[in-house]
This record gives sequence, C-alpha cells and structure tokens, in this order.
Amino acid sequence: MFRTIQIGAHALAQGTFVRNLGDGRIEIETGHATRQTGRPVTPAQIDKPIASPWQKTLGATPRRGVIAAAAAIGIAFAGAMPASAQDSVEILNVSYDPTREFYREYNELFNDWWTAQGNAPVTIQQSHGGAGAQARAVIDGLEASVVTLALSADIDTIAERTGRIPEDWQSRLPHNSSPYTSTIVFLVSEGNPRAIKDWNDLIRADVSVITPNPKTSGGARWNFLAAWAYAARNGLDPAEFVGALYRNVPVLDTGARGSTTTFTQRGIGDVLLAWENEAFLVLDELGETAFDIVVPSVSILAEPPVTLVDGNIASDAQRKAAKAYLEYLYSPEAQALALRHRYRAWDTSLAAPEDIARFPKLDLVTISDFGGWPVVQPEYFGENGIFDQIYEE
Amino acid sequence: MRAKILRSPSPLPGFGVSFAIMMTALSFVVLLPIGALLGRGFMTGPAELWDMVNSRRIWAALMLSFRAALIASLINLFFGLMLAWVLVRYRFWGRRVIDAAVDLPFALPTAVAGIALSALYAPNGIFGQALAPLGLQVAYTEVGIWVALIFIGLPFVVRTVQPVIGELEPDLEEVSATLGARRAYTLRRVVLPALTPALFSGFALALARSVGEYGSVIFIAGNIPNVTEIAPLLIVIRLEEYNYDAAAAIGIAMLILSFAMLLGINAIQIWSRRRIGLV
Repeated sequence: MFRTIQIGAHALAQGTFVRNLGDGRIEIETGHATRQTGRPVTPAQIDKPIASPWQKTLGATPRRGVIAAAAAIGIAFAGAMPASAQDSVEILNVSYDPTREFYREYNELFNDWWTAQGNAPVTIQQSHGGAGAQARAVIDGLEASVVTLALSADIDTIAERTGRIPEDWQSRLPHNSSPYTSTIVFLVSEGNPRAIKDWNDLIRADVSVITPNPKTSGGARWNFLAAWAYAARNGLDPAEFVGALYRNVPVLDTGARGSTTTFTQRGIGDVLLAWENEAFLVLDELGETAFDIVVPSVSILAEPPVTLVDGNIASDAQRKAAKAYLEYLYSPEAQALALRHRYRAWDTSLAAPEDIARFPKLDLVTISDFGGWPVVQPEYFGENGIFDQIYEE
Repeated sequence: MRAKILRSPSPLPGFGVSFAIMMTALSFVVLLPIGALLGRGFMTGPAELWDMVNSRRIWAALMLSFRAALIASLINLFFGLMLAWVLVRYRFWGRRVIDAAVDLPFALPTAVAGIALSALYAPNGIFGQALAPLGLQVAYTEVGIWVALIFIGLPFVVRTVQPVIGELEPDLEEVSATLGARRAYTLRRVVLPALTPALFSGFALALARSVGEYGSVIFIAGNIPNVTEIAPLLIVIRLEEYNYDAAAAIGIAMLILSFAMLLGINAIQIWSRRRIGLV
C-alpha cells in the first residue's frame, strides 16, 4: 500500500508501507532502497480550507466550505490593501514546456494553502520553454527562485556552472527531487492507420516519426533513451536502431510543444513521441476522436526534478516561501493535482480513481540503468556524442 | 573653437557633437557586440576556430543559409522591382493599402510569419493541399526556407527601389520611343541603368537580412541536420550545449562570409557604375 508520511515542517514522503513502529509512526520504502519513518498523513489530518475543482468532485465538507469562503474574503481584503514591501514575496518558477497547465493550477493551490497557514500571499511568476534553453537562461542570469526542469542534467549544469545550487541538490527532496514523473508514449492518428505497436515499427520505411531535437529539448532526450532501451532489450544494435529511427524524422523541432504542434496541427508524420501527459493533453484538447495513444512494450521513467536556486534567494521570507512551494508539491493535494494533469505522481491517496486508472502499466527503465545523467549527457548528447554521430555519417 | 564653427560652410554646424553621439550609439548597439564576438574568437585562436567550424554538418548549414538567402534575394530582386514599378507608375484601386502592406514583414514578429507560412504550406494547409497533387512539398523542405526568406526580404528591395522609380522621368522613355527604340531596348538601356544602384543596395540589404534570419525559418524548415538545418540554428544548438566557443566560431564564420559577400556586391556595383556611368 502506498502511504504518505510527514518528514519535516512542510516535507512529505511517499512510499510503500513497510511496518508500523507502534508509536504512531510508520516506516515506508521510498524507492531506490531508502526507508524513511514518520507520522502518516491522512487526508483528514490536512486541513485544506480551499475547495479546488478536484476537491469538489470528491465532495467538500460544509466546514471546509465555510473556511473557504472566509479565506476567500480574507484574500480579497488582503489584495485590496496596499501590500508593504517586506510582505510581498515573489517566486520565479523557471520550468519546461509541458508543465504550463499544471503549474497554473498548482500556484493557486499553493497560495491558498500558504495563506491559510497565516502567511502573506506569494506572487508566483512562471517561465516556460525548452528545458535546455531555460537552464541556459538561469545560468546567464535569469533570477529563478526555483527551477522545475525536464531532467536533472539541466539542473546539474546550473549547479556546476553557477554554484547557485549545491551539488547534492537532488537528495534534498524525496524521490530524487522529482515530485511527479512521466513516461514516453506514442501518439498516432485515430484508428492507428499505420498499425504502429512498438518501437520496432518506428524504423519501418513507410513510417515517419515526429520528435524534437535532443540537443534543445529535454523531453527528446527521454525519447532517445527509451528507443535505445528497447533496442538493447531486444538484442538489436542500439546505435543503429536509433540512427534508423532518426532517419525517419522529417521535422526536428526545438521543443516538445513545437513537435506536438507539427504533428497535430500541420499533419506531418505518422507518430509523435510524446510525454505521456502531453499526449493525454492532446486527447483532451482535440478530442479523443482525432488521435490515439499507443503504449510501447518498453519506455523510460522520466523524472522531471525540482529544486531551490539558493544563490538567487534574496530574503529569508523568500527562502521560506520557495522551500514550502517545492515541499508542498509532495502533499496529497498537489499530488492529486499532478495526477489529474496526467503526471505519474507518487501519492494517490486524494486522487480521483479515474485519474489513477488512466495510466497503463508498462515496463519502465530508469536513467540509473544508463548510469545516471552525469554519464549519459556527455556520452549521448554532448558535442560529437552518439546523437551527433547519427548525422555525421 | 567658435571661430572654427563660424568658418564651417554648413548652415547647421555641430560636426563634433553629432559625431560623438553617432559613435557612442554605434558602439553600444553594433561595434561592442561584434567586438565581443571577435574577441571571443581571438581568445580561442584561429586553429581551434577552424577545427570547430570544419565539419560536414556546419558546412552544410552554412551553404544552406547562404544559398537560400541568395535564391530568396534574387527572387525578391525581380518581384520587388515589379512591385515597386506597379506601385509608382500606376494608379489603381487599393494601391495605398498594398503600399502599406509591403512594410508588414518589417512589423510582424518573425515567429508569427514562420508559423503562418508553415500553416499555409504544410501538407494539410491551403497551399500545401493544392501543391501536394503536383508532388511539391514546400513546408519542411529547403523551398520552405526560401519562402520564409522571400517574405522577410521583400520590403528591402521595394523600399530602396521605389523612390528611385519615382524620380525617373517618363519623358526619357518617351524620347527613347520617339527615337525609334523598341520597348525592351528602352527598358534595358534607359530604365534599368538608372535603377541598378538602388537594386544592388536593396538586394544586398535583403541578402544580409536573410542570411541571419532565425525566427521565421525554424518553424518552416524542418531543421534536419545536413538537409534543412540553418547555420543560426546550429549556433543556438551549440549554446544549448554550453559550448560558447563553438557558437562564436560559427558566428564568426557567418560574419566573414557575409562581409565577403557584401564586399563582392559593392565591387560589382562600383564596376557597373563605371561601365554604365551614373545616371
């Protein structure tokens, strides 16, 4: 059974239940063979006064409704009053392409909870773009308070180049600092006219594949590695297999959203390699009658990590808010929101059953099977790396 | 100092001040960035620069960028001249609207132009559907890059040639006709020589703009290495790798090639001026 425990003031961890310690605490296994103990968090224990849409579907209690109204009035008054300089805390969240919709709602959710805790509301600004370009912007001086990027290699680079993030950043939050995960699936036209079932169909001569450029897009690197993992598992030469796949790519966009547009709006290509949440988003936006999702036999567990950019934090108030902003991502409410936005989040305790049932079971390899991003990034995607060699022949 | 200003032949003195303002502005917006680029190159060293540029993929991208810019500017040279001629010489309904529309490529964000063009020319777009039965694909091929560059370069030719056509005396063409010249001969020997300098500068401006164009092209190009990957995109990719030296190397290669090209155009212009003489 999956349980959530309290491990810090705002920090929560999720994992499979191991044993009951008898004093009200339990032990859980959070993955990667680490165990943590703490008091279990139950939905009732967290007094979340604001009823956001998903909570309404769960059925909000009258008491919550009253507090919500009071809080709403409080926020309205707080907004009407001129905020003094030390009260207004700003957070800039620098994120990657497909998280727009999730963070728009999460920011509201967080602010509701944050003000209900007796804090002044936080102004949260969002910046979205290709993960690589976003990381470079932070390195070149964009004053990000938190970064929520597509892969840890991008945050590693920021840490290495600017020193604004400590090297051990990834162990600061549970699950490798990845509050939600996703995977790579195929999006095809309704009815799957080319009968695309698995990765080996993508190298057929009659199939054209849309994926962004791994040099500029974090998502594309996960695509590349998932294809590689399939070839390695099925006794094919991975370099040759991936080379053949990229020879079937007629358009290399610079970001995941660009590729989605090319495939869905321009009608180029037979199959789009997409983030699972992005693929579900396409079905939501364009109707389930236009496209189908095909789940390959093997894919990769994509862990988009988050962290605080310590060097850009100006005040204690900002640090407190930014830390809470990231830790609250692990709360059952935020996890339910992530699940509703088609991310594979860890804690399902508050999620609607259909949000959990939606995810197909599939065999997922992880980045550690490749040796971790510090090894993968230069070897596969660096200059004259494996990806470059595909186009040098 | 005062005496010197008084002696100056111009009714509007102030060379010193205006020169200083000009140099300051030019330094901040043009000379410093280019100087920084060249400085980065100098620090790297010419041999390393050459190593970084000398790969098949980079040459393919540079060739593509310059070839596409050249083709697009040649097409603009012809159509820009036609457009300017029609706008100046004829009066027709809607002329002013078309005249204003010529500047739109200047005003429109290039990304918008690229997205609009790729939507029109994609296989499911209006033009793309019409061209598909003929076996022609425009979007995501090199032809798509030409289309984008024609779009952004057109105003340069039109706006440089237009005032010169306005200055042309139709009397000269009438004289040529009364002296027995055929129409083509009048066009070739009377009209075109007068327009040549303006055509050259319009062509050079459009070419220079097209070589470095990024925003509109990446949406319609397809961006496949060695096929439809333009040099400015390679620079962006090098930046994504945090390889600032290699990005600067490609930037310097483009700068040198552009400079050589503009020098060549100027040389042809001087040569043609000597041959035909100033009109």
